[in-house]
Amino acid sequence: MSTSTSLVYLIALPLAGAAILLLGGRRTDKWGHLLATALSASSFAVGLYQLTLMLDRPTDARPISQKLFEWIHVGDFKVDAGLLLDQLSICFVLLITGVGTLIHIYSISYMSHDRDRRRFFAYLNLFIAAMLLLVLGDSYLNLYVGWEGVGLASYLLIGFWNQKPAYATASKKAFVMNRVGDMGLSFAIMIAFATMGTVSFAGVAEHAHHASEAALTAMGIMLLVAAAGKSAQFPLQAWLGDAMAGPTPVSALIHAATMVTAGVYLITRSNFVFDAAPTAQLLVVIVGAITLMFGAIIGTAKDDIKKALAASTMSQIGYMILAAGLGPVGYAFAIMHLLTHGFFKAGMFLGAGSVMHGMNDEVNMRKYGALRKFMPITFVTFGLGYLAILGVPPFAGFYSKDMIIETAFNAGGVKGIILGSVTLLGAAITAFYMTRVMILTFTGTKRWDDDAHPHESPWLMWLPMAILAIGSVSSGYLLSRGDALENWLHPLFEHHEEHGHLLEPIVVSAMALTMVAIGVAIAFLKYSRHDVANVAPENVSILTKIARQDLMQDRFNEAVFMRPGQAITQTLVATDQVLIDGAVRGLGAATLSSGSTLRGLQNGFVRSYAALILIAAVALIGAIWVVVS
Amino acid sequence: MDASNYLYVSALLFTIGAVGVVVRRNAIVVFMCIELMLNAANLSFVTFSRINGDLDGQVMAFFTMVVAACEVVVGLAIIVTIYRSRRSASVDDASLLKR
Amino acid sequence: MLQLALEVGQTAKPEAVMFWILGPLAVVASLAMLLVKKAVHSAILMAFVMIVLAIFYIAQDAVFLGIVQVVVYTGAVMMLFLFILMLVGVDSSDSLTETIRGLRPIAITAAVGFGGLLVSLLGRATIGRSAQGLTEANSEGNVQALAQLLFSTHVWPFEVISALLITAALGAMVLAHHQSTTVRPTQRQLSIDRFRGETLGTAAGLPGPGVYARHNAVDVPALLPDGTPAAGSVNATLEARGDMLDYKKFDLSEVNTKVEEEK
Repeated sequence: MSTSTSLVYLIALPLAGAAILLLGGRRTDKWGHLLATALSASSFAVGLYQLTLMLDRPTDARPISQKLFEWIHVGDFKVDAGLLLDQLSICFVLLITGVGTLIHIYSISYMSHDRDRRRFFAYLNLFIAAMLLLVLGDSYLNLYVGWEGVGLASYLLIGFWNQKPAYATASKKAFVMNRVGDMGLSFAIMIAFATMGTVSFAGVAEHAHHASEAALTAMGIMLLVAAAGKSAQFPLQAWLGDAMAGPTPVSALIHAATMVTAGVYLITRSNFVFDAAPTAQLLVVIVGAITLMFGAIIGTAKDDIKKALAASTMSQIGYMILAAGLGPVGYAFAIMHLLTHGFFKAGMFLGAGSVMHGMNDEVNMRKYGALRKFMPITFVTFGLGYLAILGVPPFAGFYSKDMIIETAFNAGGVKGIILGSVTLLGAAITAFYMTRVMILTFTGTKRWDDDAHPHESPWLMWLPMAILAIGSVSSGYLLSRGDALENWLHPLFEHHEEHGHLLEPIVVSAMALTMVAIGVAIAFLKYSRHDVANVAPENVSILTKIARQDLMQDRFNEAVFMRPGQAITQTLVATDQVLIDGAVRGLGAATLSSGSTLRGLQNGFVRSYAALILIAAVALIGAIWVVVS
Repeated sequence: MDASNYLYVSALLFTIGAVGVVVRRNAIVVFMCIELMLNAANLSFVTFSRINGDLDGQVMAFFTMVVAACEVVVGLAIIVTIYRSRRSASVDDASLLKR
Repeated sequence: MLQLALEVGQTAKPEAVMFWILGPLAVVASLAMLLVKKAVHSAILMAFVMIVLAIFYIAQDAVFLGIVQVVVYTGAVMMLFLFILMLVGVDSSDSLTETIRGLRPIAITAAVGFGGLLVSLLGRATIGRSAQGLTEANSEGNVQALAQLLFSTHVWPFEVISALLITAALGAMVLAHHQSTTVRPTQRQLSIDRFRGETLGTAAGLPGPGVYARHNAVDVPALLPDGTPAAGSVNATLEARGDMLDYKKFDLSEVNTKVEEEK
């Protein structure tokens, strides 16, 4: 594999931006955001340049690497800090830097009233650098550094307005749940080192052929745990809704387009592990399917526009994970859906930010209504994203999602039918709740507060939205034309015999569109014909109530993990204080008390001293007696 | 007549003297009990000299007597001095060394 | 019982008799010494015990020691005790209640243990050993044999103990020394005071008692030039006691001055 010297610039440029802005402090307030945007754009330029170079090279020579420095060399454990750019990582690099730069531009205007805008841009740059390190790392350990970095950036950005305790708590919640996933990744690295002696992707890929299936299954499960944590999949999904406490650009970049897709990247990158451990792969599919439905159900009951979009993200990533768990046939479609999702979901989030900007940061959709006349550009870009997520041809989602549904059915047997049905049902519910969002926000009667005066956003905000809308429209077609993405990624995965087609693609598309139409119709009937209440109605079905409570995910986590954990901690603290501190202090107290007891012997009376002498004499003679006899 | 009977008497007298030192409060009586203990020792010295058939025991007893006499002299002088300054002859009153 | 009495009387073991009478008495006396309230009673009982011990010594052929016991212990030491008791307070008595908690039981327990140990140890030391007796050692006489030992084998402890005796005597003197609180006036000072006093009348000292031809003693006052007796010439104590005699008794007018012619 040929080496390069310029890969490091991809990471170094935004990292330098973060460093300058954070260390420079208030002095950089005036121009910090511009520098950050410029550095992000230059990183995108380097990525584009690398793409052009890669396209020119023959397929075998496409992956390039760069060794930065020798990092760890302890006994048998040798890890270099190195970067690897292959066909998979270039997709991510372009997505991250591209969407990232657009969001930088958006944030210049969105955060223009914020005093700490420079710090925001510093964190954004830090995030870009960390995410790039994640996708460019050439070993699990290097990936882990980036993994931790994005977790840190997420924490910093969710809790950006940490003056509000609820936001600070939300960022802590995200970080802690991510940590659980990080433990999974740590264990996977440990298993890799223990059984194979190496943690680099190339090394593990080589050893995966003759490693024991038990070790590979264990590693696969641990990787799945890590992916579930980072990508908000079941059972570590409860943090994504609360993560909407961060500014909307953060939600767009991190919790729609990039960070939450890191899990999908991890699973795809570890294809050699999962392909050799069918049990782990089955678990991946199950997790994806569950999360798909979970997110969709939650999304139907959310009145907060950002939380609705977050639930949608959770569900769509469920689609990606499900596709990734289907084996080599599915990886390409998972990545395709990831890329298209990056466009339309980020676009929709930026649109939501634009709506909020115009409605005095109101997030309750019940207080929106009839905004399409007042925010036309937002309406159009959001609408294009909506059509894309629905999977209406020829928009992006049609190509990616339908391929996933088709691959699900093609998995064969009962598994295929179940997965296919789940994906179809998910498509229907997605259509329902997305239509609900559109109707509540842009159509219908005005349900605004009295002081709302919605207006279109400035050009710095709608330009990125427009560019992303163009992506929502065209990316699907471009990526799937002539199986472009599939062939692009083909050399990375080992291909086994493919199953036959259970259903023709056209049949799948027809079924999908039918389900979408059903969903749209139900939403239309429910929300468009009657007036929507300004306040969420109380007497709703039990399902709605549960869905409003995020399917009781927080209650479950609290009952199963938090309270027993607290009880254990309190027990340990009490044990420490009572037993251990008690023993230590008790030793001191015992010494003191025995000392003061013995002090009582010194009462100054001669007679008691004489008595002591007598007793001592008795003891002495007794001892002599014992010795003599 | 067993000579060891004297030894038992001497042990008994010594014990009584030891109890007296601890129990009595008057300094002079305490002193007398000490003298009793010394005398008991003397008795056993003399008895042992008789048992062993040589006079070493008696010489020891003699020396003991002399020393006891000196001790009585000095001890009583001290008691008188203490009495003169403190107006009390009770050993319990001289308890300045208490904690 | 009768057999025992006969045996005792027949073999005439006077020592046994003496022992079994005096031994318990000594023990009882020492117990009583412990228990009586008045210190003087304790002293008397102590003296009794000393004498009994002296008898024991003499009974065991330690004649010199027995006499020394009486002389030194009973005579000197116990009398010293009684003198000090007199100084300190003859009727000083202890209350029998114990002020220090638990001291009495501890003391009695320890002492009983001590006594038991002693008895058992002494018994083991002497079991099966019959007394050899001192007849052989005392062949030259007890005093001579003792002196023989004292001045040859044990001369060094002897000398040290004599030094100890001197030291003890000195120590007693130092301890009993009374520090005078007032400065003793020197003779010079006294003389100055006399001549610088209010009157010079007594500068040369007080007048001596009267000197009479028929009586010359300290109990008759001297006469001043006007015929009245001088006040300071007789000791005030005698005057107070009424022992001062009347000077008129010794007046010359009552003297028969007839001189008989010598033939």
